[in-house]
Amino acid sequence: MEHNVFQIIWFVLWGVLWAVYFVLDGFDLGAGILLPCVAKNETERRAIYQAVGPFWDGNEVWLITAGGATFAAFPKTYAVMFSGLYTALYLLLFALIIRGVAIEFRGKVESPGWRRFWDFLFWIGSLIPALILGVAFANIFKGLPIDEKGLFRGSFLSLLNPYALLGGVLFILAFSVHGATWLAYRINGELRERLARDAKILWIFEAVVVVAFLLFSLKLTPLWNNYLKAPILFVFPLLAVVGLLLIPYFLNRERWLAAFLSSGALILGFTAWGVAGLFPNLFPSSLNPEWSLTIFNSSSSPLTLKIMTVVAVIFVPIVLAYTFWTYRTFSYRITKEELSYAEGY
Amino acid sequence: MDVLWASRLQFAVAAFFHFLFVPLTLGLSLLTAIYETIYVKTGDEDYKRAARFWGRLFLINFALGVVTGITLEFQFGTNWRYYSEYVGDIFGSLLAIEATLAFFLESTFIAVWAFGWNRLSPKVHCLAIWLTALASNISALWILIANGWMQHPVGYVIRNGRAELQDFAAVVFNKFAWLEFLHTVPAAYVLSGFFVLGVSAWHLLRKNEVEFFRKSFRVAAVWTAVFSLFLFVEGHLHGTEVAHTQPTKLAAMEALWETEKGAPWTLFAIPDEKNERNLFEIKIPKLLSLLAFHSTEAEVKGLKAFPPEERPPVNLTFWSFRIMVGLGLWFVLLSLWAFKNRENPLQSPRMLKALIFTLPLPYIAIEAGWMVAEVGRQPWIVYGLMKTAEAVSPLSPVQVTVTLLAFVVFYAVLGVIDFWLLAHYARKGPEPVKA
Repeated sequence: MEHNVFQIIWFVLWGVLWAVYFVLDGFDLGAGILLPCVAKNETERRAIYQAVGPFWDGNEVWLITAGGATFAAFPKTYAVMFSGLYTALYLLLFALIIRGVAIEFRGKVESPGWRRFWDFLFWIGSLIPALILGVAFANIFKGLPIDEKGLFRGSFLSLLNPYALLGGVLFILAFSVHGATWLAYRINGELRERLARDAKILWIFEAVVVVAFLLFSLKLTPLWNNYLKAPILFVFPLLAVVGLLLIPYFLNRERWLAAFLSSGALILGFTAWGVAGLFPNLFPSSLNPEWSLTIFNSSSSPLTLKIMTVVAVIFVPIVLAYTFWTYRTFSYRITKEELSYAEGY
Repeated sequence: MDVLWASRLQFAVAAFFHFLFVPLTLGLSLLTAIYETIYVKTGDEDYKRAARFWGRLFLINFALGVVTGITLEFQFGTNWRYYSEYVGDIFGSLLAIEATLAFFLESTFIAVWAFGWNRLSPKVHCLAIWLTALASNISALWILIANGWMQHPVGYVIRNGRAELQDFAAVVFNKFAWLEFLHTVPAAYVLSGFFVLGVSAWHLLRKNEVEFFRKSFRVAAVWTAVFSLFLFVEGHLHGTEVAHTQPTKLAAMEALWETEKGAPWTLFAIPDEKNERNLFEIKIPKLLSLLAFHSTEAEVKGLKAFPPEERPPVNLTFWSFRIMVGLGLWFVLLSLWAFKNRENPLQSPRMLKALIFTLPLPYIAIEAGWMVAEVGRQPWIVYGLMKTAEAVSPLSPVQVTVTLLAFVVFYAVLGVIDFWLLAHYARKGPEPVKA
């Protein structure tokens, strides 16, 4: 097959990895953001940790793999993106380190002060990645000041423009609603009622921001151009909007899993919308379109792409299979009795 | 501080800190799996308690291993941009394969194991820890194939201004990488074995849970003796490979300045890098030629055969190598001592005390080993192909200095907490037998 075909396959896989990462890690990041607002006592806090405990680590691997796939399939994009967004990436990294450690350490010492300390870090460590990922992707959608040598001509502060901040807020809200629906699905009783109520309130803000972001993108980014060329792509934003509308529908009917899946459809559709709009760019230059890093000018050799395709074709289905099995095994309803002999954390 | 040195130091901090946790993960996952398997086979509750006790320590240790691993993947792009561009076609794919084959498996099944005690049948639960252990070791294989390629690049062609993959099989079956794997992973097993022996010895000396720790001890004594011996033999083969593929590293490891036929082996020396000589040395004639090339008259290249800008730091490499080998010898002796007393360790309190004091030493040995591997490779980032100085990202010194300082502070705090927790739970001992 042609080199081009593999470059396109890896572009699609690149998008899929990000989408799966946002859908999966999104709910546990959201749970972390909600923790201090919704949990009133230690039992409720433990229920929330228990609801994400068996999954968060595996979910985060999708981020590592998305990074690894960028390195493997588009090394020049990886090199320019990671060195250019240096400060933002280290903030993300430190936040993820803090968060992982907080989940593991909080239950290890029987002391309220100790737990409060790690709860706070879990919250910060969930909020910052959501914000940074949203800001980063909005900036990529808009294009970044990359010169002909792939040098980043902006600064960290230039990343915090209004459109990008709107993207950050969007991610925080989307993950919060996503987390709330997951927790409502997993947890019983009074806490669930509060979660459902909060999810509905947050949804209003989420809906406004999603619509605003899609509209601003029309003016501030070239993302919608691809949609005029290939109208079939409209299925992605359509999926996002349908998912968005179904969230309150299912919440009102107390169909928690359906509400969670609708939120997942929104995140999936939104990510696919953005990635499809970028094509064939991975890291567009706002200074000169010629300097953009695309899947064609930044990819690995045909041989590497072929080998990586074989690896992905064999192993991604296996990964999905055991991930699915884990979700089925551990998606039980968390009750007080469950917590009394809870394992892990 | 300039960007190159700050980035070097930052990579060193990140790699060495990460490597404080990885070896115990590699070995203790397997030991936990062995204890749990004995429980599933025999029904002996002590082995279930052993799996839970050692498994908990494994989890505490694992947490920091995972989160500090992400740093390393990020750093190739953030701090070593031109490296990533130049060799990403090969190196990047190896990292991606590692993530796909190993990280998912490891992260998924460690959670299945931690949360599954009451939800899975004993056999499936035991399978979960075996899969976790397998995944950790697969991960080690791929990252060492990647590192092996940096040490001894094969299977590539320079095309389109970068190194491109030409022969995937050559990269995967790179002899250097496999020798590195067979050296590093058993070293991790030895470290884990001494960890279990040391903690068991501490409890045995206090007559705490004697029967429980006797059982843990017996398994770990056999394990540690086997891998200490293996490591010593394999270390020699690995050294021979270095002699053939990385002459500058060998010369620095031995502080050998002049090219010699029948080169002596230096037991002790104070290398004086400025004046290209050793101030004081104790040598054994012809031994280096014999060890490195299996002939007493073989020629060994000295450092002076290479221009100064292509030599690695001599003192650091020379001393790290001696610390590693010296400790390795001690590990062989002590593990054989433990093996001899494996049925009744309490009959030798002196051995138990030695085991307690030895517990931290494998950490020093294994970090020293990495020092030899990585510092000894300098000034190359990919031996003979690309220099470290050419690989560094175009960043501002302030950026890198800030993150370097942040790493040092942040990692120091996390490291202290994690080792404190490890010590806390190790001292606490296993959960009491359920009535």
